Amino acid sequence: MAVRVQEADFDVGAELASLTDGNKRIGGLAVFVGLVREMHVREGLHRDRIDTLTLEHYPGMTEQALEAIEAEARQRWPLEATLIVHRYGRLEAGARIVLVAVGSPHREAAFEACEFLVDWLKTKAPFWKLEETPAGEKWVGAHQEDDKAAARWEKKQS
Amino acid sequence: MKIRYFAWMKRMVGTGDEQVDLPAEIRTVGDLVEWLRKRSTGHAEALADGSAFGAAIDRRTVPFDTPLAGAAEVAFFPPFTGG
Repeated sequence: MAVRVQEADFDVGAELASLTDGNKRIGGLAVFVGLVREMHVREGLHRDRIDTLTLEHYPGMTEQALEAIEAEARQRWPLEATLIVHRYGRLEAGARIVLVAVGSPHREAAFEACEFLVDWLKTKAPFWKLEETPAGEKWVGAHQEDDKAAARWEKKQS
Repeated sequence: MKIRYFAWMKRMVGTGDEQVDLPAEIRTVGDLVEWLRKRSTGHAEALADGSAFGAAIDRRTVPFDTPLAGAAEVAFFPPFTGG
């Protein structure tokens, strides 16, 4: 039941240990750790390697949006523990960007809720990625696949 | 009213936030977009395509037909790309 937006790195092991500490109803934790990956982008004759990005966010709204997504997950699945830690600032390839951890008595709920949280935070939390390429800076555009992944969790109107 | 811009919109406008005094006829977020476009070429460029960005009133995402009544802060931003 926690959301944190921070510039500093996080220790996955320590975060998970404190998440489950003292709660013996948790039967399993599903965990997602997002990393900055090195990318190669081809534009015309140029092949650029992108190995650094800067994450900008909207302080205040970001925390509020993540808390709303977390509350939605807790309404849909029987969860004992949830944690979202998202970084901002300048990050190099290999760096951790985001940690999503979900604890539940049963693994199905933990797996599903973890996937749901990752899908929704990508499209509903105000973060923007700026890539540094040898040709200059470039803002990352939204991905259609991310919208599709988020949409499958939308409840059908009845 | 405080207006905020994020990501490439901030670069185009040339500032991340500004204070504006709105005429009474500016009633919705959509009205505000049209009004802001006239402030500078940077504003016009950043706010040119209404399908390329979203808006929030007091840190909550809203559609462009939302009334501004009571709003303290309106933000404009491109689609989110976190995670």
